[in-house]
Amino acid sequence: MTQAVMERRQVLTFLGVLAAAGFVVPQAAFANWDKTAFDAKTMDEALKALGAGAPANSGDVQVVASDIAENGAVVPVQAVSKLPNTERIAILVEKNPNMLAAAFDLGPDTIPEVTARIKMGQTSNVMVLVKADGKFYAASKEIKVTLGGCGG
Amino acid sequence: MGNPMKIRASAKDGVTEIKILMSHEMETGQRKDANGTVIPAWFINEITAKLDGKTVMQAQWGPSISKNPYLAFKVKGGKAGDKVSVTWVDNKGDTRTDEAAVT
Repeated sequence: MTQAVMERRQVLTFLGVLAAAGFVVPQAAFANWDKTAFDAKTMDEALKALGAGAPANSGDVQVVASDIAENGAVVPVQAVSKLPNTERIAILVEKNPNMLAAAFDLGPDTIPEVTARIKMGQTSNVMVLVKADGKFYAASKEIKVTLGGCGG
Repeated sequence: MGNPMKIRASAKDGVTEIKILMSHEMETGQRKDANGTVIPAWFINEITAKLDGKTVMQAQWGPSISKNPYLAFKVKGGKAGDKVSVTWVDNKGDTRTDEAAVT
Protein backbone atom coordinates (compact mmCIF):
# COMPACT_ATOMS: atom_id res chain seq x y z
CA MET A 1 0.00 0.00 0.00
CA THR A 2 1.40 3.38 -0.98
CA GLN A 3 1.71 6.30 1.32
CA ALA A 4 -0.81 8.32 -0.71
CA VAL A 5 -3.53 5.70 -0.32
CA MET A 6 -2.90 5.51 3.40
CA GLU A 7 -3.25 9.23 3.76
CA ARG A 8 -6.44 9.33 1.79
CA ARG A 9 -7.91 6.65 4.01
CA GLN A 10 -6.93 8.47 7.12
CA VAL A 11 -8.48 11.67 5.87
CA LEU A 12 -11.71 9.89 4.99
CA THR A 13 -11.84 8.24 8.39
CA PHE A 14 -11.20 11.57 10.03
CA LEU A 15 -14.05 13.20 8.09
CA GLY A 16 -16.31 10.31 8.99
CA VAL A 17 -15.54 10.79 12.68
CA LEU A 18 -16.26 14.50 12.37
CA ALA A 19 -19.57 13.85 10.65
CA ALA A 20 -20.56 11.28 13.25
CA ALA A 21 -19.77 13.70 16.04
CA GLY A 22 -22.04 16.27 14.41
CA PHE A 23 -19.30 18.70 13.49
CA VAL A 24 -20.01 18.59 9.78
CA VAL A 25 -23.45 20.05 9.31
CA PRO A 26 -25.35 20.63 6.12
CA GLN A 27 -26.28 24.24 6.71
CA ALA A 28 -24.28 27.28 7.66
CA ALA A 29 -27.22 28.61 9.69
CA PHE A 30 -26.53 25.85 12.19
CA ALA A 31 -23.18 27.36 13.08
CA ASN A 32 -24.43 29.61 15.87
CA TRP A 33 -25.79 26.79 17.98
CA ASP A 34 -23.88 26.56 21.24
CA LYS A 35 -23.19 22.83 21.33
CA THR A 36 -21.04 23.00 24.48
CA ALA A 37 -23.78 24.68 26.49
CA PHE A 38 -26.52 22.35 25.25
CA ASP A 39 -24.40 19.23 25.82
CA ALA A 40 -23.55 20.20 29.40
CA LYS A 41 -24.54 17.52 31.88
CA THR A 42 -24.16 19.55 35.06
CA MET A 43 -25.41 22.95 36.07
CA ASP A 44 -21.84 24.21 36.61
CA GLU A 45 -20.81 23.14 33.11
CA ALA A 46 -23.90 24.68 31.55
CA LEU A 47 -23.44 27.98 33.38
CA LYS A 48 -19.76 28.03 32.48
CA ALA A 49 -20.52 27.38 28.81
CA LEU A 50 -22.99 30.25 28.87
CA GLY A 51 -20.31 32.46 30.40
CA ALA A 52 -22.38 32.93 33.53
CA GLY A 53 -20.13 31.48 36.26
CA ALA A 54 -22.07 31.94 39.48
CA PRO A 55 -25.05 34.17 38.70
CA ALA A 56 -26.46 36.37 41.47
CA ASN A 57 -29.95 35.54 42.64
CA SER A 58 -32.24 38.40 41.79
CA GLY A 59 -35.80 39.27 42.73
CA ASP A 60 -36.04 41.02 39.37
CA VAL A 61 -35.91 37.67 37.60
CA GLN A 62 -39.01 35.50 37.73
CA VAL A 63 -39.93 31.98 36.73
CA VAL A 64 -43.65 32.08 36.07
CA ALA A 65 -45.11 28.57 36.03
CA SER A 66 -47.61 26.53 37.99
CA ASP A 67 -46.27 24.61 41.02
CA ILE A 68 -47.39 21.28 39.63
CA ALA A 69 -47.17 20.10 36.04
CA GLU A 70 -49.35 17.11 35.33
CA ASN A 71 -47.61 16.28 32.09
CA GLY A 72 -43.82 16.63 32.06
CA ALA A 73 -43.82 16.57 28.26
CA VAL A 74 -45.50 19.97 28.12
CA VAL A 75 -44.66 22.39 30.94
CA PRO A 76 -45.49 26.01 30.17
CA VAL A 77 -42.85 28.35 31.59
CA GLN A 78 -42.65 32.10 31.35
CA ALA A 79 -39.26 33.70 31.95
CA VAL A 80 -39.47 37.32 33.06
CA SER A 81 -36.74 39.86 33.68
CA LYS A 82 -37.40 43.31 35.10
CA LEU A 83 -33.74 44.28 34.76
CA PRO A 84 -32.89 47.06 32.31
CA ASN A 85 -30.88 46.10 29.23
CA THR A 86 -31.74 42.43 29.39
CA GLU A 87 -29.91 40.91 26.42
CA ARG A 88 -30.37 37.22 26.96
CA ILE A 89 -32.71 34.88 28.79
CA ALA A 90 -31.98 31.18 29.27
CA ILE A 91 -34.14 28.43 30.75
CA LEU A 92 -32.39 25.55 32.51
CA VAL A 93 -33.91 22.44 34.07
CA GLU A 94 -31.72 21.12 36.89
CA LYS A 95 -32.69 17.46 36.67
CA ASN A 96 -32.98 17.03 32.92
CA PRO A 97 -30.19 15.01 31.23
CA ASN A 98 -29.10 18.25 29.58
CA MET A 99 -29.80 21.26 31.74
CA LEU A 100 -30.11 23.94 29.09
CA ALA A 101 -33.51 24.00 27.39
CA ALA A 102 -33.39 27.31 25.58
CA ALA A 103 -31.50 30.56 25.25
CA PHE A 104 -33.23 33.63 23.85
CA ASP A 105 -31.31 36.62 22.53
CA LEU A 106 -33.48 39.69 22.59
CA GLY A 107 -33.44 42.70 20.33
CA PRO A 108 -33.30 46.17 21.93
CA ASP A 109 -37.08 46.66 21.64
CA THR A 110 -38.02 43.18 22.80
CA ILE A 111 -39.63 43.06 26.24
CA PRO A 112 -37.85 40.47 28.45
CA GLU A 113 -40.86 38.22 28.93
CA VAL A 114 -40.65 34.95 27.05
CA THR A 115 -43.07 32.05 27.19
CA ALA A 116 -42.19 28.55 26.01
CA ARG A 117 -43.17 24.98 26.76
CA ILE A 118 -40.51 22.63 28.03
CA LYS A 119 -40.09 18.93 28.78
CA MET A 120 -39.22 17.82 32.30
CA GLY A 121 -38.14 14.27 33.15
CA GLN A 122 -39.00 14.66 36.82
CA THR A 123 -39.74 17.16 39.55
CA SER A 124 -36.96 19.71 39.40
CA ASN A 125 -35.87 23.25 39.93
CA VAL A 126 -36.25 25.35 36.81
CA MET A 127 -33.78 28.20 36.56
CA VAL A 128 -34.16 31.35 34.54
CA LEU A 129 -30.80 32.93 33.79
CA VAL A 130 -30.72 36.53 32.63
CA LYS A 131 -27.87 38.50 31.13
CA ALA A 132 -28.39 42.22 31.63
CA ASP A 133 -25.74 44.91 31.12
CA GLY A 134 -23.18 42.14 30.73
CA LYS A 135 -23.92 40.60 34.15
CA PHE A 136 -25.77 37.41 35.00
CA TYR A 137 -28.72 37.05 37.34
CA ALA A 138 -30.89 34.06 38.10
CA ALA A 139 -34.00 32.81 39.82
CA SER A 140 -35.29 29.28 40.36
CA LYS A 141 -38.62 27.66 41.04
CA GLU A 142 -39.40 24.06 41.78
CA ILE A 143 -41.98 22.52 39.48
CA LYS A 144 -43.44 19.19 40.55
CA VAL A 145 -43.98 16.75 37.72
CA THR A 146 -46.58 14.01 38.05
CA LEU A 147 -45.75 12.27 34.77
CA GLY A 148 -42.23 12.53 33.30
CA GLY A 149 -41.77 13.83 29.79
CA CYS A 150 -38.47 12.39 28.69
CA GLY A 151 -38.91 8.61 28.82
CA GLY A 152 -40.28 6.41 26.09
CA MET B 1 -39.58 21.25 4.95
CA GLY B 2 -41.88 20.98 7.92
CA ASN B 3 -45.51 21.92 8.27
CA PRO B 4 -46.52 25.60 8.44
CA MET B 5 -46.23 27.55 11.66
CA LYS B 6 -49.15 29.38 13.15
CA ILE B 7 -48.18 32.95 13.87
CA ARG B 8 -50.43 35.45 15.60
CA ALA B 9 -49.26 38.98 16.19
CA SER B 10 -51.34 41.79 17.61
CA ALA B 11 -50.44 45.39 18.41
CA LYS B 12 -52.00 47.10 21.40
CA ASP B 13 -50.94 50.22 23.32
CA GLY B 14 -47.58 50.39 21.56
CA VAL B 15 -46.66 46.77 22.22
CA THR B 16 -46.81 43.92 19.73
CA GLU B 17 -47.39 40.47 21.13
CA ILE B 18 -46.12 37.64 18.94
CA LYS B 19 -47.27 34.06 19.47
CA ILE B 20 -45.84 31.23 17.43
CA LEU B 21 -46.89 27.60 17.27
CA MET B 22 -44.46 25.41 15.35
CA SER B 23 -45.08 21.93 14.07
CA HIS B 24 -42.14 19.70 14.92
CA GLU B 25 -41.51 16.34 16.57
CA MET B 26 -38.73 17.63 18.87
CA GLU B 27 -37.32 14.14 19.38
CA THR B 28 -34.86 14.14 22.29
CA GLY B 29 -32.55 11.34 21.17
CA GLN B 30 -33.18 9.57 24.49
CA ARG B 31 -36.30 7.62 23.67
CA LYS B 32 -36.23 4.07 22.37
CA ASP B 33 -38.61 2.45 19.91
CA ALA B 34 -40.32 -0.92 20.44
CA ASN B 35 -37.13 -2.78 19.42
CA GLY B 36 -34.98 -0.91 21.91
CA THR B 37 -33.27 1.14 19.21
CA VAL B 38 -32.58 4.73 20.20
CA ILE B 39 -34.67 7.17 18.17
CA PRO B 40 -32.20 9.78 16.89
CA ALA B 41 -32.50 13.33 18.14
CA TRP B 42 -34.46 15.61 15.84
CA PHE B 43 -35.28 19.05 17.10
CA ILE B 44 -35.45 22.70 16.13
CA ASN B 45 -32.32 24.37 17.43
CA GLU B 46 -32.38 27.86 16.00
CA ILE B 47 -35.14 30.38 15.63
CA THR B 48 -35.06 33.90 14.25
CA ALA B 49 -38.04 36.23 14.54
CA LYS B 50 -38.28 39.52 12.69
CA LEU B 51 -40.75 42.34 13.05
CA ASP B 52 -40.92 44.74 10.11
CA GLY B 53 -37.61 43.36 8.81
CA LYS B 54 -35.76 43.89 12.11
CA THR B 55 -34.57 40.90 14.14
CA VAL B 56 -36.32 41.02 17.50
CA MET B 57 -35.50 37.57 18.82
CA GLN B 58 -32.96 34.87 18.13
CA ALA B 59 -33.27 31.68 20.09
CA GLN B 60 -31.23 28.53 20.49
CA TRP B 61 -33.13 25.47 21.64
CA GLY B 62 -32.17 22.08 22.95
CA PRO B 63 -34.24 18.91 22.74
CA SER B 64 -36.05 19.65 25.99
CA ILE B 65 -38.42 22.03 24.27
CA SER B 66 -41.82 20.36 23.95
CA LYS B 67 -43.14 18.74 20.78
CA ASN B 68 -44.90 21.28 18.55
CA PRO B 69 -43.14 24.17 20.25
CA TYR B 70 -44.94 27.27 21.42
CA LEU B 71 -43.17 30.58 21.80
CA ALA B 72 -44.62 33.91 22.90
CA PHE B 73 -42.98 37.27 23.49
CA LYS B 74 -43.63 40.99 23.25
CA VAL B 75 -41.90 43.78 21.38
CA LYS B 76 -42.17 47.54 21.89
CA GLY B 77 -43.53 49.27 18.82
CA GLY B 78 -45.03 47.65 15.77
CA LYS B 79 -48.36 48.44 14.20
CA ALA B 80 -51.14 46.74 12.33
CA GLY B 81 -49.93 45.63 8.91
CA ASP B 82 -46.29 45.17 9.94
CA LYS B 83 -44.81 41.91 8.79
CA VAL B 84 -43.70 39.24 11.25
CA SER B 85 -41.33 36.64 9.86
CA VAL B 86 -40.18 33.55 11.74
CA THR B 87 -37.53 31.06 10.61
CA TRP B 88 -36.51 27.83 12.28
CA VAL B 89 -33.64 25.46 11.54
CA ASP B 90 -33.52 21.95 12.94
CA ASN B 91 -30.53 19.72 13.73
CA LYS B 92 -30.97 17.88 10.42
CA GLY B 93 -30.55 21.15 8.55
CA ASP B 94 -34.21 21.40 7.61
CA THR B 95 -35.58 24.92 7.72
CA ARG B 96 -38.85 26.74 7.36
CA THR B 97 -39.93 30.38 7.24
CA ASP B 98 -43.46 31.67 7.71
CA GLU B 99 -44.88 35.15 7.75
CA ALA B 100 -47.89 36.89 9.18
CA ALA B 101 -49.16 40.45 9.41
CA VAL B 102 -49.64 42.24 12.73
CA THR B 103 -53.32 42.85 13.49
